[in-house]
Amino acid sequence: MSPTANGVALLRAMIRIRRFEERCAELYQEEKIRGFLHLYIGEEAIAVGVMQSLTPEDAIVATYREHGHALARGIDMNRVMAEMYGKATGTSGGRGGSMHLFDAKTRFFGGNAIVGGHLPLAAGLALADRMQGRGVVTACFFGDGAVAEGEFHETLNLAALWQLPVLFCCENNRYAMGTALERAQSETELALKAASYRIPAWPVDGMDVVAVEGAARRATGAIRAGEGPHFIEFRTYRFRAHSMFDPDLYRSKGEVETWRRRDPITLLTDRLRGEGAVDDAALEGIEREVAAEIDAAAAFAESSEWEPVETLARHVTSEAPS
Amino acid sequence: MSIVTLAEPRAAAAAPQGIRTTYRDAVREAVRSAMRSDPRVFLMGEDVGKYGGTYAVSRGLLEEFGPERIRDTPLSESAFVGLGIGAALGGLRPIVEIMTVNFSLLALDQIMNTAATLLHMSGGQFNVPLVIRMATGAGRQLAAQHSHSLEGWYAHIPGIRILAPATLEDARGMLPSALADPDPVLIFEHALLYNLEGELDAGAGAVPIDRAAIRREGHDVTLVTYGGTLGITMTAAGQLAEAGVSAEVIDLRVLRPLDTGAILDSVRKTHRAVVIDEGWRSGSLSAEVSARIMEGAFYDLDAPVARVCSAEVPMPYPRHLEQYALPRAEVIVETVQRMVNPHAA
Repeated sequence: MSPTANGVALLRAMIRIRRFEERCAELYQEEKIRGFLHLYIGEEAIAVGVMQSLTPEDAIVATYREHGHALARGIDMNRVMAEMYGKATGTSGGRGGSMHLFDAKTRFFGGNAIVGGHLPLAAGLALADRMQGRGVVTACFFGDGAVAEGEFHETLNLAALWQLPVLFCCENNRYAMGTALERAQSETELALKAASYRIPAWPVDGMDVVAVEGAARRATGAIRAGEGPHFIEFRTYRFRAHSMFDPDLYRSKGEVETWRRRDPITLLTDRLRGEGAVDDAALEGIEREVAAEIDAAAAFAESSEWEPVETLARHVTSEAPS
Repeated sequence: MSIVTLAEPRAAAAAPQGIRTTYRDAVREAVRSAMRSDPRVFLMGEDVGKYGGTYAVSRGLLEEFGPERIRDTPLSESAFVGLGIGAALGGLRPIVEIMTVNFSLLALDQIMNTAATLLHMSGGQFNVPLVIRMATGAGRQLAAQHSHSLEGWYAHIPGIRILAPATLEDARGMLPSALADPDPVLIFEHALLYNLEGELDAGAGAVPIDRAAIRREGHDVTLVTYGGTLGITMTAAGQLAEAGVSAEVIDLRVLRPLDTGAILDSVRKTHRAVVIDEGWRSGSLSAEVSARIMEGAFYDLDAPVARVCSAEVPMPYPRHLEQYALPRAEVIVETVQRMVNPHAA
């Protein structure tokens, strides 16, 4: 793929996530989607950029803000939307909802909603891969909030000690729910924390999808070459509130506006326009296709069946093979 | 899982002729045998390798299997339990040893929020074939932070199986069955049992992990217990027999899912029940067993269900206070005597 064509594909992938989540916010107001809904709007460049560096054999372990990762990984949008609704056709049979998208086929291990709790799981997958001689990478996404958790430090120590093939992707959006980074961290240069465990670590502009992809390719290349875990701090910002329950009182409108000027979609669009890779007609075409896909996904979710209450207790434990 | 071909748990009175061994050696043999027969099995935990295991269960295994499969971990319970979950998802069959139940609280997030939920939360896509072993219980003057008996807490959680081997057969046989289970299994080994000695059939192997066992048959009262208190319960049953009271002893063995049928069948025969539990009484496994008897056999009872539990205090250090806080055979005997002969002075 030419660099320009790839740029357009990255742009399309980010727009697809953005519009999907904007529709989800509307569907939340319509009470089609309930529970917690954490939007990734503003951070799309990270999931899209990192996924470019992964193969189908690699594993992904994400947080409760994972719609973008699921879509970028290639999970069918119909099934993602159905899961948002809680329908039986969803990625997790409707059992998980927005925070718990799972997909065995694409090695997508959630959708995990205990901050920091999924880091050990990612390292364990990597341990299994290493012990069984599979040369694959586990990409683990988490926010700056997780960096304060003990499980972060325990896992980084073990991953470095045992040289496990994990790519730690820290999505630093500067807020752990409502607590600003400088109010929660004695050291706000998060890469330094990883480096203290002897893990190669560096910060990257998380609003620049090309920079994200480049950093992720460099890291996954090193991990595949047996150089152990790597850590990238992606500096980003969430444009929307933490969840639909968040009145967003802890940051100024001016701060949000400043970051919006670095919207990853706008940045890439301007760049591709400058290169002559896209024009208004091309952009309209992308928007039209994406809208059609989202319409179809919402219709699929709307028309899908609910799980019957009779099967509530299924999957608490495994079913005996017949 | 299919365990229909396995031998029934044996009554303690009918110990077979076999090799002389200890509970500790039986657990070690179970680990060794599993690792020899399945390359996916490995052991991970604090001081399981070079040190040989805090309770010497894994002594010699590092030499036989090497550091890739006998993995010493840093003191980070949450991380290495979570790594066990991930490794199980990745196709291995990890045995994670947590030094004691007290430290398992540092891994409770992993056990409860991840291991127990993943299969259901993922709509049946991701089962977690993980085995966690840990020492539990009091009795060695280790004071308030090293004497917990929290098996009952863990038995509250759907999605995990809770085992409490109290005999040599179960020490040897529960681990292979747990490894064959596609879902998380926690095995609680009472620290006072490691030195338990006896005869074990040379061919002993996997045992069922879905039912209770009757360790002594009787017809006047049912004594329900598990794990570390099986010994004093058997002692009490012997003393009661001398006093003319025939006690049936049920070893629960599996704390989740509870074998309610075995308990109710016995109570319908004896019409009386005492639950002996090293956990604290409030909100305990003994409360659950008592409630199930009330729900399922209320009209068969000749007396209210009684309980002998640990005193509701953090465990004290001095031996006399610790012993007084724990369930004792004499209290079981007194409780039963009051129950069968309520009008005695």
